[in-house]
Amino acid sequence: MKDYDVIVIGGGITGAGVARDCAIRGLRTLLVERADISEGASGRNHGLLHSGARYAVNDSESARECIKENLILRRVAAHCIEQTEGLFISLPEDDPAYRDNFVEQCGKAGIRTQVLSPAQALALEPNINPELTGAVKVPDAAVDPFRLVSANILDARLHGADILTRCEVLDLIKENVTVMGVKIKDMSTGEIRKIHSHYVINAAGIWGAHIARMAGVEISMLPSKGALLVFGHRVCNMVINRCRKPGNADILVPGEVVSVIGTTSDKVPFEQCDRMSVSRAEVELLLNEGAKLVPSLRNTRIIRAYAGVRPLVSDDSDPSGRSVSRGIVLLDHSSRDGVRGFISITGGKLTSYRLMAEMTADLVCKKLSIDKPCRTAELPLPGSDNAKTKCSSLVMKAAEKREGSEVNRMSFEGKGNELVCECEMVGRAEIEYAVKELGVRTLDDLRRRTRVGMGPCQSSCCLDKAAMVLAEILIAEKLSSESGAGELAAALKKEFLQERWTGIVPVCWGEQMAQAEYLRNKYGKCDSTI
Amino acid sequence: MQESLTSGFEQCMKCSICTEVCPMMEVNPLYPGPKQAGPDALRYRMLDSSFFDENLKYCLNCKRCEVACPSGVKIADIIASAKLENAHSAHALRDKMLASTDFVGSLASPFAPVVNGVLSLGISKSLLDSTIGVSKHASMPKYSSPKFVSWFKKQQASQKSFGKQIQYFHGCYVNYNYPQLGKAFVSLMNACGYGVSLLEKQKCCGVALIANGQKKQALKNADINLQAIGKANAPVLSTSSSCTLTIREEYGQLLGKDTAPSKEKFHLAVKWLYEQWEKGAVKFAWREDFKMKAAYHTPCHMQKLGYQYYSIELLKMIPGLELSVPEQQCCGIAGTFGFKKEYHELSQKIGSKLFSSLKATGCDYVITDCETCKWQIEAGCSLPVLNPIEVLARALDIEKTKILNNNEE
Ligand SMILES: Cc1cc2nc3c(=O)[nH]c(=O)nc-3n(C[C@H](O)[C@H](O)[C@H](O)COP(=O)(O)OP(=O)(O)OC[C@H]3O[C@@H](n4cnc5c(N)ncnc54)[C@H](O)[C@@H]3O)c2cc1C
Ligand code: SF4
Ligand code: SF4
Repeated sequence: MKDYDVIVIGGGITGAGVARDCAIRGLRTLLVERADISEGASGRNHGLLHSGARYAVNDSESARECIKENLILRRVAAHCIEQTEGLFISLPEDDPAYRDNFVEQCGKAGIRTQVLSPAQALALEPNINPELTGAVKVPDAAVDPFRLVSANILDARLHGADILTRCEVLDLIKENVTVMGVKIKDMSTGEIRKIHSHYVINAAGIWGAHIARMAGVEISMLPSKGALLVFGHRVCNMVINRCRKPGNADILVPGEVVSVIGTTSDKVPFEQCDRMSVSRAEVELLLNEGAKLVPSLRNTRIIRAYAGVRPLVSDDSDPSGRSVSRGIVLLDHSSRDGVRGFISITGGKLTSYRLMAEMTADLVCKKLSIDKPCRTAELPLPGSDNAKTKCSSLVMKAAEKREGSEVNRMSFEGKGNELVCECEMVGRAEIEYAVKELGVRTLDDLRRRTRVGMGPCQSSCCLDKAAMVLAEILIAEKLSSESGAGELAAALKKEFLQERWTGIVPVCWGEQMAQAEYLRNKYGKCDSTI
Repeated sequence: MQESLTSGFEQCMKCSICTEVCPMMEVNPLYPGPKQAGPDALRYRMLDSSFFDENLKYCLNCKRCEVACPSGVKIADIIASAKLENAHSAHALRDKMLASTDFVGSLASPFAPVVNGVLSLGISKSLLDSTIGVSKHASMPKYSSPKFVSWFKKQQASQKSFGKQIQYFHGCYVNYNYPQLGKAFVSLMNACGYGVSLLEKQKCCGVALIANGQKKQALKNADINLQAIGKANAPVLSTSSSCTLTIREEYGQLLGKDTAPSKEKFHLAVKWLYEQWEKGAVKFAWREDFKMKAAYHTPCHMQKLGYQYYSIELLKMIPGLELSVPEQQCCGIAGTFGFKKEYHELSQKIGSKLFSSLKATGCDYVITDCETCKWQIEAGCSLPVLNPIEVLARALDIEKTKILNNNEE
């Protein structure tokens, strides 16, 4: 007997969604991720739950897909989503004819719009560019991608799936023309082993091209880099878009306590995908364009820049490989390439992940002759079940904001209520939960799961404390071979600082320069490369 | 939320220096401290106003955090404005009574002997304690009869004869509780060659209204005061550091008012007086028989204004005054804070360090510019507390000073 029915490669939103859907349908499921969950594009995107309006003019199919999924996710992933709504604002240099067509196309795609006068728009969002000539309100929303991935992973696990992080797929096990499983390397121990399954699903994002090659098939992918800038606080409460042909830096998303402007779009070579950085020119472009949406961004503290890679796929129907297929790409390699036991799912968006997972799981079930319907459009994710919560402190409230009703599973008794990250109000109880339930092993994992160290201080305040608390919990839970909390904390800290600097360096000016200096002076000794 | 607050809070470098100097942090584990309550939590309150921590009520608004902050973050103002936006208290009536110093004062003054008798009687204090939550351990300021304003009315005519004029913002405390200070001020000004008149209209500055989150009334008072100050045709002087801070700074920072008139014309009397002396516009002649051993206490609001220099320099001119200036500490009363039952103990705990350092100087008097510090220190040290203006008035040889200053006329 095979170890699993399906092995999913990739712990981004696509892999997480597929693993959950398969597990809910009763398949014996394993997810393998080489790093931590959300380390790929899923942790480096804009966090916009598209209404589809952005695609309405050029890509009506994506637009329709988005609005449908948008409405579903508001329900089943409620705690990861803030129902901000969005504005498409027109500036004097924008073509008014575009707006008319935009409104019409949104209507056709089923996206409800409301045309606003400049005064009405300014009443809703006082900080937007006062020179606007008009605005259209659409049902955009903000989504926390980290939470969305971790809730899917958690629920997959609750439905019996196994999750292996820090395990890289080195190769696929193949017999003749059939993929039989994966050969993986445990990145922490170096151990290499083989795991067998009926199906292997390639959900490795842009790295899916490598995985496909392991199966002997070719997916022609075009890595497209997008850079974003994070500002220290909220400057608006709605998603602000430019009402024009989609371009650079024309969306501002209020993501929890911060504001994020993005994005750019540049083709990059594959070698760059593993080490993304943001250049000064990109920062300037983002700032200049962003200030056209909300002028006060110029005086708002930038806390960080980051970039991600979109997994764009060349259209199979175009042999030149130049035209890119939009939307979801589900490849059944047995019909496409004659390789059995292997499916690739890529393209799409964060917003359409659930649908991508449904399509993939439908295909796997069909192949395995399993007749189980998809339930993810109805079943709420853990945290989104509307259970009653009782939050008596700000630390609990902040935890609830992030994890929804899962806050009920955290223990705030005694030390649990102790504040660890002051900027983001993360308490010990939430960290404990993140270790026990969400697979946190490093400070960087913790940052992605809870926001520890993501605030304006960029961890200069809480790093020592967070490292110590995490070390204590890891040791108490027997999740570390280290026995001294002090040594473990020092090691965790060093690793974390290295990652942090890649995001901070390009935006070192103003307050953040001073903050970086402070951080360097306080912790510089930890890492000789700083 | 005033824009000036939201734009400045991002300068915070998270160095935590403010938390080191906060007197409340030291005695009260429930208080989140200036950094957390101020710039940190503000980001969350901007996301969702329900991220308001009830424990912000403990902030004394002493502004020591602001004085210490190397990045110029308006920490105490951020906290105070959060309180203004989210005011609700289990002791609504009591807070309103203590905050409306004007209102309660005007009720009490004609019956002052009765009220004072009642307030210092243990039994009725317990009654206040259990009914409205005023601590029975706190000694309430005594209400005085007659009011300063009634006394002043009788002097008004004689004041007109002076060639130079200033206007006096007496505030509630001088009017209802401590007319002596107002009288001393008038005699000092007269000796320096200035006639005194009152503003066309004046209301309580509102420092307590702001601290108790009563924004509407605070706005009303601010409007009336700023308008009257705008119309004043002479410098407007105050003998209270808290009124001065409120009218010069908080009206703009917290209530969003245009403080141009008060910035231009409203001054703390000691600062104005010192500056006139420096210019040679006023001269002092001191009594030879004046002797006093005193300690100067810098009120937190004085420190925030950076004005303690003027009080200390003026006092140092008095030949018979042996003055010591112990290290600045918070007295713990913070306006009406120390009168509230639930805070009385904290307030005493904070003040205790100050009390012992004042007593250690071996002084007979304490001098300070703030009326609430005066109450707290009188109760905590059993020492008489004077305003610098009173000490100056006592130490001056009034007749000689008059002659010195009237030379030019
Ligand atoms: C800048 C930017 C902004 C975006 N903004 C939005 C937005 O606002 N709204 C929206 O809906 N969409 C947005 N997107 C698109 C969205 O982020 C992506 O479509 C989505 O995250 C892709 O998820 P994924 O799981 O397919 O890929 P990824 O998240 O990249 O996951 C792939 C995973 O596979 C792992 N992996 C790779 N190789 C191996 C191996 N050999 N073994 C094991 N694991 C491996 C990687 O470590 C990675 O974690 C944006 C994308 C970018 C780049
Ligand atoms: S104003 Fe005073 S009590 Fe309030 S936070 Fe600042 S230092 Fe602390
Ligand atoms: S002292 Fe100023 S800069 Fe330092 S933490 Fe406090 S508010 Fe921030």
